Amino acid sequence: MKFKYKLIKALHICGIGVFEPVVHLVTGEEPAKQIPRIGKFIVVPIVGVVAFMFAWHFAAAGLKTSYGDFPGPSQVWAAVGDLREEARVDAEKRVAFAEKKAKNLEKMQAAADKAAAAGDDEKAERWMSKAESEAGRRYSGSPTYWDQIITSLKTVFTGFLLASAIAIPLGVICGLSPIFNGMLLPYIQVFKPVSPLAWLPIVFILVNTAYATMEPAPLADKTDETAVAAYEEALEFKSGFEGWIPPAFVSSAITVALCSLWPTLTNTALGVASIEKDHINVARVLKLGTFERIFKIIIPSSLPLMFAGLRISLGVGWMVLVAADMLSQNPGLGKFVWDMFQNGSSQTMSMIMVAVFTIGFIGLLLDRIMIVLQKLVSFDTAVAA
Amino acid sequence: MSFIELKNVRKGYGEGSLRTEVLDDINLSIEEGEFVAVVGFSGSGKTTLISLVAGLLEADAGEVLYKGAPVPGPGPERGIVFQNYSLLPWLTVTGNVELAVKQVFPEKSAAERREHAVRYIDMVNLKRALWKRPHELSGGMRQRVSVARTLSMQPEVLLLDEPFGALDALTRATLQDELMKIWEQDRRTVLMITNDVDEALLLSDRIIPLTPGPKATLGPEFKVDLDRPRDRTEMNHDPEFTRLRNEITHYLTEVNAESKLAAMKTARRLPDIKPIDLLAPTSKA
Repeated sequence: MKFKYKLIKALHICGIGVFEPVVHLVTGEEPAKQIPRIGKFIVVPIVGVVAFMFAWHFAAAGLKTSYGDFPGPSQVWAAVGDLREEARVDAEKRVAFAEKKAKNLEKMQAAADKAAAAGDDEKAERWMSKAESEAGRRYSGSPTYWDQIITSLKTVFTGFLLASAIAIPLGVICGLSPIFNGMLLPYIQVFKPVSPLAWLPIVFILVNTAYATMEPAPLADKTDETAVAAYEEALEFKSGFEGWIPPAFVSSAITVALCSLWPTLTNTALGVASIEKDHINVARVLKLGTFERIFKIIIPSSLPLMFAGLRISLGVGWMVLVAADMLSQNPGLGKFVWDMFQNGSSQTMSMIMVAVFTIGFIGLLLDRIMIVLQKLVSFDTAVAA
Repeated sequence: MSFIELKNVRKGYGEGSLRTEVLDDINLSIEEGEFVAVVGFSGSGKTTLISLVAGLLEADAGEVLYKGAPVPGPGPERGIVFQNYSLLPWLTVTGNVELAVKQVFPEKSAAERREHAVRYIDMVNLKRALWKRPHELSGGMRQRVSVARTLSMQPEVLLLDEPFGALDALTRATLQDELMKIWEQDRRTVLMITNDVDEALLLSDRIIPLTPGPKATLGPEFKVDLDRPRDRTEMNHDPEFTRLRNEITHYLTEVNAESKLAAMKTARRLPDIKPIDLLAPTSKA
């Protein structure tokens, strides 16, 4: 029985409290009451979804566009199947590539060993350097849909963390100091409504400039061996770094951060500024120092509002990401949509619809996660047990 | 030299025409080890008075002295129990008390702090709720935590701001008895604010009424010479108790009536005008 109430509590924390009547029904508690509740909160939404599918199906059937027929639910589902098939084929290719690479390496190693044993050092070295370049070879197939989803998630979280790292401290300072708040308020109000599309080109230019500084100065004297070696090393470092953190990824993440820091900033400032006077009085009577006052009284008391802000920020970030990916060509879901639009195949619209649903579901999931976190830090609800 | 002394203290809020003088010409001195109760109607400035002593507010005029020196601001040596408990909702009962212990006894180790906190929580009979958060507690339990927090700081003076005002009569009686028992142990100096004459009689050595505001001031004091330890049921039959109770209540009702009368006297007088014609104007006229 105790488990049942824990389960119900967990459902509510996860924001799927609508399943509570199901739990009651399974345990046989007042079935007469549970069935109407299930009907209202579970069956009705399902009926709605099914009805929408039918409406979509029939509406799509008669709609002809320059890209072919508008896809109905079945075509979109077929596109999902195609994407999965693509991913499967790609995974096979990857495995084949890795196997082949391992085999090549083995061969080269063997050849090098043989040459070394024969006393031909020059040949052995040549084989070794060949092996080295083979080891550095990476699979160069285009990213699959899953890769693109992961790239998108990485980008959005990088941007979100960047935004939080800026917005939370700034918000705390704004909340604490009306002067600082007054100074920052005009900027907040002007920049808050700015679309990512406006920011992105500037960010893009700045990021590319930063990457360009990594480019070594052109060589004047190509006979100087140490200089040539240094030049090549620098070039290698640059391309390695670009491979590790591509500039498009950085531009996208920064754009996401710029757009998503405002809700956190304003909410944190509000949370800090609206701290209860009684709590401040407690701090005063206890003679808490500034540091302790901030970390033991002010921040804990503003956590619920701060997390409400973070939740909105992540939502905004996810929305902005698609546009940012499209423009900066960061290989995420936005680029997927853009590429599909550009290639103009008969599947263009189905694929885009798949992306739309994917974006929607991931957005929903992110929001739910944030709700859970928000509930865990809220002290006014009986969550923390 | 008195332990706590207020000399000609005045305090008001607001600016210009919106200004209200809350307290005026407050003179009060409390000796060490004394239990003093200030009784008054709600809105008469009782909380303002205790905040002045706690150092949470500054007097506009006059002096608030603590051990002969002006009050430098709030501090743990003048422990205040707030009217609305003021517990930190994100901390457990132990956490709330420990925060205070840590601040006042920084030299204690973590284990000693825990032990110290638990001792005081036990003193208010809350050992079963050590790990609960304030929202899981009833009003009476919350006030107990608040009292435990303040007592754990081992203050030189205990300031009680209507500590049991928000509680039901039964819980209030229990907490009064507990407070009385705790106080009997070391007889610290206490200044209590209350609107309950019985509570004041049960606990204090001296009762001072506060006249209704604005410009509230302290009335004549009443010495409570009832034997300690006091028992609420026995006290009801004590003729001295009955006499004091009647006197104080009588005084309070009287000043209240006076202040209402005064308020009526200063009410705006309407001009003495009469309509010349009571008929509705016609369109022809």
